[in-house]
Amino acid sequence: MGAQILFFLCAALILISAIMVVTVRNLIHAALWLIATLFGAALLYASLDASFIAVVQVVVYIGAIAIMFIFAVMLTRRELLIKTDQTNANWPLALGLSAVMLVALGYVIGGFGVTLNTTPAAIPAGVDPLTLLGKALLAPEAYVLPFEVASVLLLAAMVGAVYVAMNKK
Amino acid sequence: MIPLSWYLFLSAALFCIGLYGVLARKNAIAILLGVELMLNAVNINLVAFWRYLDPTQMGGQVFAIIVFAVAAAEVAVGLSLVISIYRTRGTVVADELDMMKW
Amino acid sequence: MDWMLLLEWVIKSFVLSLILLGGFAYLTWFERKVLARFQVRIGPNRAGPYALLQPIADAVKLIFKEEFTPARAEKILFFLAPIVTVVPALVVAAVVPWGPDIQIGSYTLRLYIADISVGVLYITAITSIAVYGITLAGWSSNNKYALMGGLRSSAQMVSYELALGFCFVIAILMSGSMRPIDIVDAQRNGWFFLIQPAGAFVFLIATLAEVNRAPFDMPEAEQELAAGFHSEYSGMKFALFFMAEYTKMITISSIAVTLFFGGYLGPFVDQLPFLGPIYMLAKIVALLFFMVWVRATLPRIRYDRLMAFGWKVLLPLTLALVLITAVGILLAQEVNPNLIWITPVISAFAGFFAIGLVDRSLRRKAYAAR
Repeated sequence: MGAQILFFLCAALILISAIMVVTVRNLIHAALWLIATLFGAALLYASLDASFIAVVQVVVYIGAIAIMFIFAVMLTRRELLIKTDQTNANWPLALGLSAVMLVALGYVIGGFGVTLNTTPAAIPAGVDPLTLLGKALLAPEAYVLPFEVASVLLLAAMVGAVYVAMNKK
Repeated sequence: MIPLSWYLFLSAALFCIGLYGVLARKNAIAILLGVELMLNAVNINLVAFWRYLDPTQMGGQVFAIIVFAVAAAEVAVGLSLVISIYRTRGTVVADELDMMKW
Repeated sequence: MDWMLLLEWVIKSFVLSLILLGGFAYLTWFERKVLARFQVRIGPNRAGPYALLQPIADAVKLIFKEEFTPARAEKILFFLAPIVTVVPALVVAAVVPWGPDIQIGSYTLRLYIADISVGVLYITAITSIAVYGITLAGWSSNNKYALMGGLRSSAQMVSYELALGFCFVIAILMSGSMRPIDIVDAQRNGWFFLIQPAGAFVFLIATLAEVNRAPFDMPEAEQELAAGFHSEYSGMKFALFFMAEYTKMITISSIAVTLFFGGYLGPFVDQLPFLGPIYMLAKIVALLFFMVWVRATLPRIRYDRLMAFGWKVLLPLTLALVLITAVGILLAQEVNPNLIWITPVISAFAGFFAIGLVDRSLRRKAYAAR
């Protein structure tokens, strides 16, 4: 029962703040609502026994990505003063498309039916998911190649970001 | 207790909200915010599947971590593009950025 | 039993908060006294013996000052920002172990609040949240100096967090655990400061930047920014920022002690567990003295140099230190345990190399300017 209440609280936090992210006019507020969404997701991960993912969510998403958004909004501050609509002309179409998408996804998920587990799988005794994760990330027979590719991607993105944003004189 | 499908519905709803944000917002930074919401929806799915199917198979968490890396890379490049465009064109409204070259 | 545990948590949290808040009050006194000594003054000497009542007088003054909210400020964020700054500074202390387990009859008292398996990551997570308070304070004040201060601080803290994170990685590598209590235990055979001196120094430098202390107190540079992000704050809200800065000094010193200076370890600590908190406190005071000393000695660094130092010096240096530590640990495991002492030699060399490079680039700049 407690777990369900926690789930609904997290879900409400995530969804309400996500709706605020896409609707509020002031972009700083949108970025702050994004933080609320991310925090709700972190709580959800913690409740799913993925403590590492939860903490990394806070460190990477809230500590770095969201702060970069706030930074970008502050650096382009003139846009905040626009009093016109923040949505483009196609917004009814976008709303319709998203609603259709939601219905379609709901139909697909509902169609999974009996194959879906209703309770979490038991974590075997003596197994620490954190250790397993560390081994999985760096074992050659597991995911070391995607891991390295991701790090190369990050390096490339860093170089690219510095190059693009550099003030060429 | 909590069926797996609840997590999937939550993530589907979050994904669709993000999709609306991407499609409907004018400001390029707001569009990137929508993309972040969609990536989070994906992560919720990955972690929920990891927990409900087989917690000894770390694929779900590993992919969630790779999604973090991709999200960070996307935001770094995306926002630097926005800043760069803002410097040269003085706007971050996606509709006004319609020149291929000048 | 459950409510006993809950009660224990509540009491421990309460005591820890009281210690941190009392520590904050007397840290201001300590800093003023020590700074005065450095500058050949007497310092505060009016309120009570040795001005011991000075913090109380300051608190009374700040409480009775007028609260001022600028026109067209973001009211809610302006109100929330000081709170968002203070809370992480207090919460971070939850995972720091203050001593070994104490047996009281059949009851084991553990001198930490939360035993989190990813405790070190928890610390990085909370410190990364701390950026928001300052950024939002700068933004919500509707003042361009405050905004500049907020922007600078967020850039500075995010940049130095990288170096800080790699120093955490060094400690994790050497102890093989992310649980603070295990990290302390792993230092029984030698503080990590001895094995990785360069890492400890980089950690201390990065903490100075992280808590916005001199010489990295750019966000509040008086001459350029008119006190920066808290220009518009007064009264109790200003006091909260003040409190956050000094509480952060204490907590981050306690983290530095845990990671690199042996935590609560010291002579006879296993026989007499109550010595643990005393050693811990002594080490924290030593580090706080170091911070005040740095403030009294070094002038403020120019902002572009500060960012360049973080990205071009500290980040590569800490990356190299992580590699050196990993190689040293591997050699010690595979060949001979004594080979671990290669690590301090090579890392000290790397540190001096970095200092030499900075020195050379500064000399070249000075030469070019002439």
